[in-house]
Amino acid sequence: MNPKMACQGLQKGETLATLKKECESLKKKLEEDRGKLNDVELHQVAEKVEVVGALSIKTRRVLKGHTNKVLCMDWCKDKRRLVSSSQDGKVIVWDGFTLNKEHGMSMPTTWVMACAYAPSGCAVACGGLDNKCSVIPLSLDSNENCAAKKKTVAMHTNYISGCTFTNSDMQLLSCSGDGTSALWDVESGQLLQSFHGHTSDILSLDLAPSETGNTFVTGGCDKKANVWDMRSGQNIQSFECHESDINCVKYYPSGDAFASASDDATCRFFDLRADREVAVFQKDSIVFGASTVDFSLSGRLLFAGYNDYTINVWDVLKGTRISMMFGHENRVSRVRLSPDGTALCSASWDNTLRIWA
Amino acid sequence: MTIRTARPDRVQHFRPRMHCLKKLEAMVVEMQDQKSGVKGSEQKLNVTTIPHVLTGKDIIAWIANKMKTTPEEAQTFSTMLVAYGYIYPLQNHKKLVMCNDSSLYRFQTPYFWPTQKWFAEDSDYAIYLAKRNIRKKGMLEPYEQAHYNHLHEWLNHKWDFIVMQATEQYKAGKERKKPDRVVFDCQERAYWIVNKPPRRTHSAIDCGPERLIDPNTDEKITFDQYRRQNMFYQQAIMRSKVKSSVSLGAVDLPTKMRVERWSFSLFELLSDLRGRDDFKIFLKKEFSGENLAFWEAAEELKWGTAASMTAKAETIFKTFLAPGAPRWINIDGRTMGLTVKGLDHPHRYVLEAAQTHVFLLMKKDTFFRYLKSPVYKDIQKKALNPEAHNFSPAQLEQNANSRSPGIHPIILWQQEEEEKAKAAAASAPVDVKAMMSKIDRKK
Repeated sequence: MNPKMACQGLQKGETLATLKKECESLKKKLEEDRGKLNDVELHQVAEKVEVVGALSIKTRRVLKGHTNKVLCMDWCKDKRRLVSSSQDGKVIVWDGFTLNKEHGMSMPTTWVMACAYAPSGCAVACGGLDNKCSVIPLSLDSNENCAAKKKTVAMHTNYISGCTFTNSDMQLLSCSGDGTSALWDVESGQLLQSFHGHTSDILSLDLAPSETGNTFVTGGCDKKANVWDMRSGQNIQSFECHESDINCVKYYPSGDAFASASDDATCRFFDLRADREVAVFQKDSIVFGASTVDFSLSGRLLFAGYNDYTINVWDVLKGTRISMMFGHENRVSRVRLSPDGTALCSASWDNTLRIWA
Repeated sequence: MTIRTARPDRVQHFRPRMHCLKKLEAMVVEMQDQKSGVKGSEQKLNVTTIPHVLTGKDIIAWIANKMKTTPEEAQTFSTMLVAYGYIYPLQNHKKLVMCNDSSLYRFQTPYFWPTQKWFAEDSDYAIYLAKRNIRKKGMLEPYEQAHYNHLHEWLNHKWDFIVMQATEQYKAGKERKKPDRVVFDCQERAYWIVNKPPRRTHSAIDCGPERLIDPNTDEKITFDQYRRQNMFYQQAIMRSKVKSSVSLGAVDLPTKMRVERWSFSLFELLSDLRGRDDFKIFLKKEFSGENLAFWEAAEELKWGTAASMTAKAETIFKTFLAPGAPRWINIDGRTMGLTVKGLDHPHRYVLEAAQTHVFLLMKKDTFFRYLKSPVYKDIQKKALNPEAHNFSPAQLEQNANSRSPGIHPIILWQQEEEEKAKAAAASAPVDVKAMMSKIDRKK
């Protein structure tokens, strides 16, 4: 397909109405095709699988220190340290065991909505209402002002909603309220690739854990979850099943599927090879939007944080809810499993983070 | 005089969607049903009686019954009803939670229900505060006083209008019967606690930064967007898809041992550096280490800095791809041809095809032989040994608190870089000519 075609004016005989009609019929055909290959449901395959035993997950640590809503957090690969960012403009690096605050940096903006730990453990990235994503190298000297060495890498035209390093410290992926996501070279600040396709704010992104690590998924206010090829900038797959904004997307550990959390109070599970939604995690009693999801190490459990201050634990295969985790006093904005899968950290608008195990 | 805006206009004025409102409203209407709703009673407040008062535990019990959930979940749900302003507490009116006891609550009048369509206006809030000021000077709380002063400053141009409205409402209020007045005051106060929460408290109306797109209107799609969408759908239809039974069948069951995790897939084995090392030992014995070394070098090229690209590409070519190279990898002629050609203008993904080929080779052949090898079986035996500690929770706490910070990731990374540099220097092909000339010079 020649991409130049799309930029030309209306052709002879084409009107907005005919294009719209063609779009509707193509969409219908795609759904039909997807449906034809749907020969078995996930919970049917899972019937023979053992039921997950009762979980006893309790709060083990409460991290207090932020003076306003905690919006985002990320673990370091050493399974012990974590970084969190908040509406108060501060980014704090914590030691998860001792609750020691190793670094505290002030950003020149409130609402730092995204933060990420570098794979090497030597830097953190953060961004928010300042429309930029900056990388801050961490130092061993706790007296040194880390924020002074902050380096602006990503520049968007609206707020930064999510960021992550790729497999190395050298590249950064960011997504923004301006509807685009982009890949940046950290050292030079150069834009390597930009990704266009969402028709409204993008709220979340996640990098695929696959062997070749070349794709990532984004979810946005246009209710779509899109999968992108990092090399070509193309939108490879798109899923439009939610009824409201998608707040968070996360890949399944094998890389063949991903889950999404949305304001319509459901979390959904999408299979990339079958190209369709394979499970919906919902309950009549769950009415409030889900803000965040993460999988357990094996992918059997899905932890979802909701706006009714709770975390629900779902059995991914059977589609049922296993348990609820109470404790936060306001919306849960982010849940992340530690790299070794032994602990879960949740960040909340009640100004605290909790570590559960 | 220009009106100062409270914050920079980013041309986004749309609140995030509150999708739950419809369901909440339906629930609240059911709760107020005469026959099947929550049973209320009257409450005596000084000399007046307030009708339709409910206790927290009745509400929670009704919800638990209706939704068939546990009391904890029902309490969470009813706390949200209070946080959104559908129900308000009569005692302790600033704390927006539902308590599972005999605390008293009332339903909020639909006039004051939260809605997606408009914000609670600042001028309305100013009128409300002014009205309270008229009634009893000095009755405003500190945070309300702060709001009042701020509004007085930036709504100064409208202040006469605001005071006039406040006086009118005050007079109208006086004309009502006492019980109605008390009820209305409570309702209004509850509405403003939800929409302008006191400092350091949160209500559910607070939903984060505004969005660029209006959630209430439909998208206006241009013809260009339609065309792009059509192209995308056509490509999606043509793309090969897998049957569900094939795709879902590949679901792994969880296990805990790190070593067993390596046996899941080659990717898991390589991701865990300890596993990678073990694999290297095996490969050394088989004299086929060059595949893994090439894969690692290709990874480094992909994720490295833009500046190092040409240098790395050259080293890789010399070490792995050139005819007669010291660690020549065995890939098919076509891939080799493409890769070598691409290396004329090296970029990040120039080794993609070769890397995939090598990875698949390892995955289909070497990996399974590794799993059956004595090297792997040996490490499996060793790994099963440590028994679980049986620390009590108190002991665990103590252990965690007295744990040393461990090696800082920065130091680890520096050490790794040093080791890599040493390894690179050691494995660099020896320049025989330079060595010989050195020896000659010595002579």
